[in-house]
Amino acid sequence: MNRKAIGKENLIRLVLILFALSSLLFLFIIFIFILTEGLPLFYKVGMRNIVLGMKWAPTKGSFGIFPMIISSFMVTFGALIVGAPLALACAVYLSEYAGKKTKIVLKPSLELLAGIPSVVYGFLGVVYIVPLIREYLGGSGFSILSTSIVLGVMILPTITSISFDSLMSVPAPFREGSFAMGATKWQTVYRIVIPAARSGILASFILGMGRAVGETMAVIMVAGNALKIPASLTDPLRTLTSNIALELAYATGDHRRSLFSTGVVLLVIIMSLNLLANFWVKRRVAK
Amino acid sequence: MRVPPRVTDKAMRVAFSAQALFTVGILIAIVLVIFVKGFPYVTTEFIFSYPEDMGRLGGIFPSIVGTLFLGLLSIAFATPLGIGTAIYLTEYTRESTLTRVIRFGVESLAGIPSIIYGLFGFIFFVIKLRMGWSLLSGTLTIAIMVLPTIIRTSEEAIKAVPKNLRTVSFSLGATKWETVTRVILPSAAPGILTGIMLSIGRAVSETAAVIFTMGSSLRLPTSIMDSGRTMAVHFYILAREGISMQKAYATALVLVFSILIINILAYWIMHRMIARYS
Repeated sequence: MNRKAIGKENLIRLVLILFALSSLLFLFIIFIFILTEGLPLFYKVGMRNIVLGMKWAPTKGSFGIFPMIISSFMVTFGALIVGAPLALACAVYLSEYAGKKTKIVLKPSLELLAGIPSVVYGFLGVVYIVPLIREYLGGSGFSILSTSIVLGVMILPTITSISFDSLMSVPAPFREGSFAMGATKWQTVYRIVIPAARSGILASFILGMGRAVGETMAVIMVAGNALKIPASLTDPLRTLTSNIALELAYATGDHRRSLFSTGVVLLVIIMSLNLLANFWVKRRVAK
Repeated sequence: MRVPPRVTDKAMRVAFSAQALFTVGILIAIVLVIFVKGFPYVTTEFIFSYPEDMGRLGGIFPSIVGTLFLGLLSIAFATPLGIGTAIYLTEYTRESTLTRVIRFGVESLAGIPSIIYGLFGFIFFVIKLRMGWSLLSGTLTIAIMVLPTIIRTSEEAIKAVPKNLRTVSFSLGATKWETVTRVILPSAAPGILTGIMLSIGRAVSETAAVIFTMGSSLRLPTSIMDSGRTMAVHFYILAREGISMQKAYATALVLVFSILIINILAYWIMHRMIARYS
């Protein structure tokens, strides 16, 4: 190679490094801007009065988001209760029971359906689930229950697809050994395959939770957005995400800053979930 | 009394099949409902005319154009960055602290919920950089949001290219960059394209990050500094404010089917690539 060619190669390497560093740069400026807008209010009003405060009246100096934190957790767990068993069953069916042809049809269609926009889920929730709850269980229908159902259905494809991958990565000799001992299919699934894929399945649940806790527009549509800690399954609620989206368009001054503070709390929750999921996956790889 | 294992086994097989059927059934029902309810209102006029009276009448032409611009422009920004990152991570370096940090950054970006992207785009592009509610603000925000998808799929695609292609290229005296551009990228192209298609799909279906950066103007965006309303945002506003159920269903149909077509194309391309290498 002549000198010119080597110079060109080095230049290309430099440009590629810069490109690769861009993701880190973006992550950095996202954090910087959310934090610089969101943190000052924590100092001004006090961490306790925001994170544990019960009253949200941002134009009158009350920035309590405790009910929203609780609500976010409630619907996230609700979504998991609705979605996780179904999704896991679906993944087990696909990896252990389904024939090759069924697999070829079902797996991609589930992945396609993961692309349905969340607003569509929210809309169908308003049209079909909210009236059903209003009719049979009382209340306005905009409730924890309707939100959990909508979010639960929404995270089905995510959980199914990741659990499926981890079930498939259980080596075939595990199953063969179990069958050779005279175990039935169900015994093999329950005692061998699911325990072996445990960490991947847990990671899929956590990622599903991440998706549920971060969902915004669908939640606004079905949750009712009330400012109290919901006391029953049919009470309306407001999550951290919907709080931001409902008020960002017109908020100014400390009110706007308080929405960024809400964002900071949300980011902390999401980052913890991601670290947790990562931890499970790492452990699986280490094993 | 103890239930014999064979009976439990049969019962569980039925239970699993039923649940799988139920799950897929719900998801298919969602698509069917949108199709059946929206189909009567989707006409050529609906697609090619302008909305009137806040969307109560008329069509969604400006939203279709806005969605198209947002999708294409955001991947125009994200694709070079994403492919560049993937090439660096796979071809130009070994696993090191730096690559681990970069991968951590990419994973973290992928995990950030869209409303946070909305908050960030709003404060950074719209307010601090004074871009206002515009196609440009929306495009840049979405570009950052879809970047992890493009990086990951490109990386997978590049890794799937057989090692001996590289060896042969080097042995013929090609430089690293020549090998990358003439040998590796052409082989990895279908996989990379899949990532790009999936990213367009995400841009098209996104609401929270778009509404606070691109705004929700109903006019046809004619420049990159114009505000605009994508189909997803238009559908959200129609449904949330109860403006028109008919138009909401019709918009949902166009939206859902655009995304399904984009995703089907994406998976079809991927399937062909897998078939080529196995």
